[in-house]
Amino acid sequence: MAEIVLIKGNEAAGKAAIMAGCTHYYGYPITPQNEIPEYMSLHLPEAGGTFIQAESETSSINMMFGSAAAGMRTMTSTSGPGYSLMLEGLSHFAAAELPCVLVLVSRGGPGGGSLESTQLDYFSVTKGGAHGGYRNIVLAPMDVQEFFDHTQMAFDLADKYRMVAVVLTEATLGNMAKPIEIKRVHAVPSEELPAKDWVMRGKAGKKKKLIVGGAAPGFGSFNDLNELNRHLADKYRTVALNETRYEAIEIEEADVVVVAFGITAGGVKQSLIQLNQEGYRAGMIRPITLFPFPTEIIRKTSERVKKFLVVEGNMGQMVEDVQFAVGDKAEVSFLGKAEGLISLEEIYSAIRSLCEKG
Amino acid sequence: MNDGRRAVVQRPQSLEPLATHYCPGCGHGTAHKLVAQAIDELDLQEIAIGCAPVGCSAIMPRYFDVDMILGPHGRAPAVATGFKRALPEKIVFCYQGDGDMAAIGTAEIIHAAARGENITCFLINNAIYGMTGGQMAPTTLIDQVTTTTPLGRVKERAGSPLRMSEILATVDEAAYVERVSVDNPKNIRKAQKAVKKAFQYQMENRGFSMVEILSPCPTGWRMSPTDSRAWLVENLMEVFPLGLLKDKWEEQAT
Ligand SMILES: Cc1ncc(C[n+]2csc(CCOP(=O)(O)OP(=O)(O)O)c2C)c(N)n1
Ligand code: SF4
Repeated sequence: MAEIVLIKGNEAAGKAAIMAGCTHYYGYPITPQNEIPEYMSLHLPEAGGTFIQAESETSSINMMFGSAAAGMRTMTSTSGPGYSLMLEGLSHFAAAELPCVLVLVSRGGPGGGSLESTQLDYFSVTKGGAHGGYRNIVLAPMDVQEFFDHTQMAFDLADKYRMVAVVLTEATLGNMAKPIEIKRVHAVPSEELPAKDWVMRGKAGKKKKLIVGGAAPGFGSFNDLNELNRHLADKYRTVALNETRYEAIEIEEADVVVVAFGITAGGVKQSLIQLNQEGYRAGMIRPITLFPFPTEIIRKTSERVKKFLVVEGNMGQMVEDVQFAVGDKAEVSFLGKAEGLISLEEIYSAIRSLCEKG
Repeated sequence: MNDGRRAVVQRPQSLEPLATHYCPGCGHGTAHKLVAQAIDELDLQEIAIGCAPVGCSAIMPRYFDVDMILGPHGRAPAVATGFKRALPEKIVFCYQGDGDMAAIGTAEIIHAAARGENITCFLINNAIYGMTGGQMAPTTLIDQVTTTTPLGRVKERAGSPLRMSEILATVDEAAYVERVSVDNPKNIRKAQKAVKKAFQYQMENRGFSMVEILSPCPTGWRMSPTDSRAWLVENLMEVFPLGLLKDKWEEQAT
């Protein structure tokens, strides 16, 4: 039997990282994710790894760049303002095709924002965020168990595709304690992970290796940026084909389909139970990966279902991706809030009134 | 070759047999050679990892025949930290311009020193931003004309030059800090010793070492290669005096 422990989301992420073989963690304090560096500062050295409290998030991400070049499983965690400081580094990770795991525990924004739970970072995380038009793999856990599982999975996905894998969650989930099952999960079986033949070890009699956050003739693996960008686009297409994850609940018979992610989806799930008991026919598509986005299932569903509701902890970001998937085949409504959780009553009423509307 | 001839001067093995893109009279070529020579002499080519800057020498991964990482502008000491902490048996060095280290990268270099990272850093101080076309650097001298101080650097508006070696020498965990110059053969020989010593300190796990190299940028300074050497001696050395600023191990020995 697997071990069950009561644990805070943030600590679960730290524990998951160590179980997944993370050996190098770099971070800078920022609420609401401080339990992650605190956990790592004690437990990672115990496990033989390295913890550094960096002088800034800019430095955290660049320390990771060095450790990733050496082939280590490396992670950082942060919240909005820190994530913004990491963007330059993340763009270089994308260009150099180095694996990176980043846990982003969202708070209020823009700017300094607040410590409230929000989903305001959807755009920045799923559309690349920094310069140069790259992509991150983005996992969006709904509860503490998934936060624990997704953190482990992120290491496999980052290694397999040599990409940045972000676990995007919210202040509430980071600070919520729940009993979870402590088990090792994989997004890719270890034996199927490609060998890290690009890892830097010193020339050692062989041809020198270059790890470059860009491209230039005779420099790194690509002759020019066009070649690099074409390669990256191919890779992102492969990721979309292989790694799109979602949960579909009661969509076959539904009159209304809700699209929500993360902790908001948890609220929707609860409301759906009640609504279904009351005879309303509503379902949900919950993107588990925000990139790649489950466009196809939403598109297919919109051929039959004519009413969609997007619920997000922001003023409307994922709704654009849903609208794109649906086109003019169905109507897309929106319920959102950029500060604090959306209440169950608000979610319940929004779905019900859509069901009742002709 | 065993034909009775003996090589008097040779390209260091750790440099590729390539012509560089550096301007005539540029100090980067000499600085590259010093670093490569030290790598050869200490037999480090197989285990050396270089962290390149963003600046004119961003192209150095092409010229060096050692493994190299090129990250963002100013972040080399953080990248080097991450690599060295992952594989401490490798010899990790940073090579940075003055804009790279003393402007955008001040936090990274100072905190790498503060943590006493066992890495070796080289600062190529040419008192200007070469790559972007000759703008003011944090090391630009008062009254020095650059493309963003067209009437000369005015203290009241643009501040005074920053002395990285002096700053780093105040950091407790910095083990070795020295300023050298590549303006003439005598100074180049001194520089060679300092560069080698900086690597040796890392090999002996003595902690953070930094060598600042005063280096001419004839293009940025709008001078001939010969005049730029004279200008370096007369002006740059006044503000950035050569010499040993810190040797923690020697201090402890005495
Ligand atoms: C974040 C960022 N800002 C600005 C630049 C543009 N940039 C490239 S090199 C450079 C300055 C280089 O000067 P220095 O470090 O003194 O090196 P030099 O070229 O003189 O050797 C700047 C500002 C950049 N590449 N990245
Ligand atoms: S601009 Fe200056 S630093 Fe750059 S290559 Fe030319 S001389 Fe050297």
